[in-house]
Amino acid sequence: MSNEQPNGKNILEIVRHAVEVHGKTREELIPILQEINRQYGFIPSQGLEEVARLLQIPKSQVFSVATFYHMLNVKEMGRHIILFCESAPCHVVGGREVWRRLKQELKIDAGETTPDKKWSLVTVSCLGVCGVGPVIVIDEDMYGNVTPEMIPDILARYN
Amino acid sequence: MAFYRSHVLVSVDPECVKRGAHQIIDALNDELVAQGLIDEIQVLETSRIGDPVLFGPDIIVYPEGVHYACLSPDDIPYLVEEHFLKGRIVEKFRAQEKKIVDEELGAPKAKEVRVVLRNCGVIDPNNIEDYIAEDGYMALAKVLSDMTPEQVIDEVTRSGLRGRGGAGFLTGRKWQFCRNSQADMKYIVCNADEGDPGAFMNRRVLESDPHSVIEGMIIAAYAIGARQGYIYCRAEYPLAVKTLNIAIKQAREFGFLGENILGTGFSFDLEVRQGAGAFVCGEETALMASIEGRRGEPRPRPPFPAVSGLWGKPTNINNVETYANVPQIILKGADWFASMGTEKSKGTKTFALAGDVKHTGLIEVPLGITLREIVYDVGGGIKDDKGFKAIQTGGPMGGCLPAEFLDLPVDYESLTQAGSIMGSGGMVVMDEETCMVDIARFFMEFTQEESCGKCTPCRIGTRRLLEILTRICEGKGEDGDIERLEELCDQIRTASLCGLGQGAPNPVASTLKYFRHEYEAHIYEKRCPAKVCRALITYEIVPETCTGCTVCARNCPVNAITGERRQPHKIDPDICVRCGICMQVCNFNAIVIN
Ligand SMILES: Cc1cc2nc3c(=O)[nH]c(=O)nc-3n(C[C@H](O)[C@H](O)[C@H](O)COP(=O)(O)O)c2cc1C
Ligand code: SF4
Ligand code: SF4
Ligand code: SF4
Ligand code: FES
Repeated sequence: MSNEQPNGKNILEIVRHAVEVHGKTREELIPILQEINRQYGFIPSQGLEEVARLLQIPKSQVFSVATFYHMLNVKEMGRHIILFCESAPCHVVGGREVWRRLKQELKIDAGETTPDKKWSLVTVSCLGVCGVGPVIVIDEDMYGNVTPEMIPDILARYN
Repeated sequence: MAFYRSHVLVSVDPECVKRGAHQIIDALNDELVAQGLIDEIQVLETSRIGDPVLFGPDIIVYPEGVHYACLSPDDIPYLVEEHFLKGRIVEKFRAQEKKIVDEELGAPKAKEVRVVLRNCGVIDPNNIEDYIAEDGYMALAKVLSDMTPEQVIDEVTRSGLRGRGGAGFLTGRKWQFCRNSQADMKYIVCNADEGDPGAFMNRRVLESDPHSVIEGMIIAAYAIGARQGYIYCRAEYPLAVKTLNIAIKQAREFGFLGENILGTGFSFDLEVRQGAGAFVCGEETALMASIEGRRGEPRPRPPFPAVSGLWGKPTNINNVETYANVPQIILKGADWFASMGTEKSKGTKTFALAGDVKHTGLIEVPLGITLREIVYDVGGGIKDDKGFKAIQTGGPMGGCLPAEFLDLPVDYESLTQAGSIMGSGGMVVMDEETCMVDIARFFMEFTQEESCGKCTPCRIGTRRLLEILTRICEGKGEDGDIERLEELCDQIRTASLCGLGQGAPNPVASTLKYFRHEYEAHIYEKRCPAKVCRALITYEIVPETCTGCTVCARNCPVNAITGERRQPHKIDPDICVRCGICMQVCNFNAIVIN
């Protein structure tokens, strides 16, 4: 998941490139949206409109697909995205306390971005590493066996 | 594509990650950059290489196949210099060869039998020749040269293999339905969405032995007469996607995929499709909608996919593990497979054992094994020798079974009868400190969020259930809540369109059935017996144990703690927000929950 600043990148160019790579067919819609999301961090409405135009799919359908899937963001996200595993195995081994501490440190709730656009907090279901739960992933770094006390230290590694 | 002279596979098994596998990766990359080798040597993540407890974090360097173990980031500069610059193997970091062979993936524990996981940790997933050396693609050759499609279906049917993705439908029969459908085009789909929390069996197979799944799919394609296949893999598994793509490419190069496979005139090709994070996409009709580029919403069945699936064409959809069993059944025969398991549930099943058990991780056991054997013999018992409270099987649509069921044999029918399900194989063990009302609430939060919203009973019903459960956990439970929950469970179960809604009430219904007293304690006595629900507990300082170190007072976010230095401290329950921080920071265990 990219967290680069959208500024400096041209959304229309990214869209055109993604459509070119994947091809202009309906079945490529999700891969195309994923690609844009990865490149730009989220998919602004201008991008969705361009996809609709290029693939000749009604705008409403492109919007409806983009909002259906958790991994596609239609809102701008923070520079760093924290994924918190909220599935049962992590939950029973102490995930709840970690979650509370995370929210407390960042002062935001699930799905929100801090006002300084540094952090977005996203809940996800199992990441498949339950053996070391509770698990959080920041950008592409995975932290296992997380305890609430570790949160401030982990967060401090990012600027 | 870039060409690398060497590949370093770093095990990112959870245990290795815990011991710093990612720091090893960083150190390797940094050092390769520093030494100017980054364009020649590629660092890749892989699943388990050897026994992570013995070796972690460990790496394997190809093409030599040297296995280095117990590395720390400080070892890396020396290792890179010696091995990659000077070409000398560093003996002191080398894993003991014999142990690797004996203990790959952790030696099977008592009562484990490896069929699906047999190659995991043994072969290099990125090298098709490794798979071939383990009799890989022999089943395909046998099928294409000696067997008719009907014979293949017959063999799979006779083996008794049932779908490993949840419902447990007889695989051979499913193939037969699809074979019987007349159409100009048919599809094969592999369901690698594995959305169940706590389940990662499919991931391990895809990352460690992708060819067994691919081979199973090609055999299925031959049996039903399909030309094109898709593996729908969740995007949360980037390594699985990468491994699969490499494997597919190699299979094409070797003539196992594509036109005119092995010169027999049979053609079939495969593509990987990525999910985008929606649990309901594991449901087969939703999954197909997603492949077609639409919202992943289930649709009513019939028509079943075998008649009208992808783009309206007959489609066979099976789980990863189902396909992975197929080559072995062809090679060793239906009777061999049917010799394992119970009357109606044959073969082995992989489970992801998680929660409060000593050995968490993947296991593969013959069906019919009891829950007790799984928890105590394979899992090593409950962590910290606490008491067993419940085992949750089948993921968010499964149920929680209490200790009375420990001797229940694990098979499709027994689990269903007990109020749970086999599901895809997640198993969460819970100790006595788990609040079952909280767990039920928790699963409902999951299904509520994942409901696609297409039908009302599921969309509204799960929200109602969640509201009531939340209220109970917050100490605002009322007389009649239990009955309301039961009624809602019934309505949601019978009126929902797809398996998600139909199964959603299971966690609530099963806990109501087996742990009713906990609901009653919450509602009528405003007490959480497991001391978990925040509104129903208070934090207290034991004066005799408190040393007056002041740490808790300084860390309490709401200043609820008062006391003089070296004097026992006190918590004001009216100010305390029950965040638990004081208890975490107290070094003297002086804070207790009541
Ligand atoms: C909400 C929901 C989620 C599901 N998730 C999965 C999944 O992650 N993996 C899977 O193989 N089957 C899943 N299934 C079951 C599939 O719909 C389907 O039955 C299965 O893939 C068939 O393969 P099998 O016959 O090999 O079991 C799910 C079903 C439902 C209702
Ligand atoms: S039961 Fe739930 S998930 Fe399934 S179709 Fe209905 S609303 Fe969607
Ligand atoms: S941290 Fe523990 S020992 Fe120290 S004052 Fe608080 S309760 Fe007492
Ligand atoms: S539980 Fe939290 S709020 Fe209550 S006394 Fe302890 S630190 Fe303060
Ligand atoms: S439950 Fe958290 S990673 Fe699986």
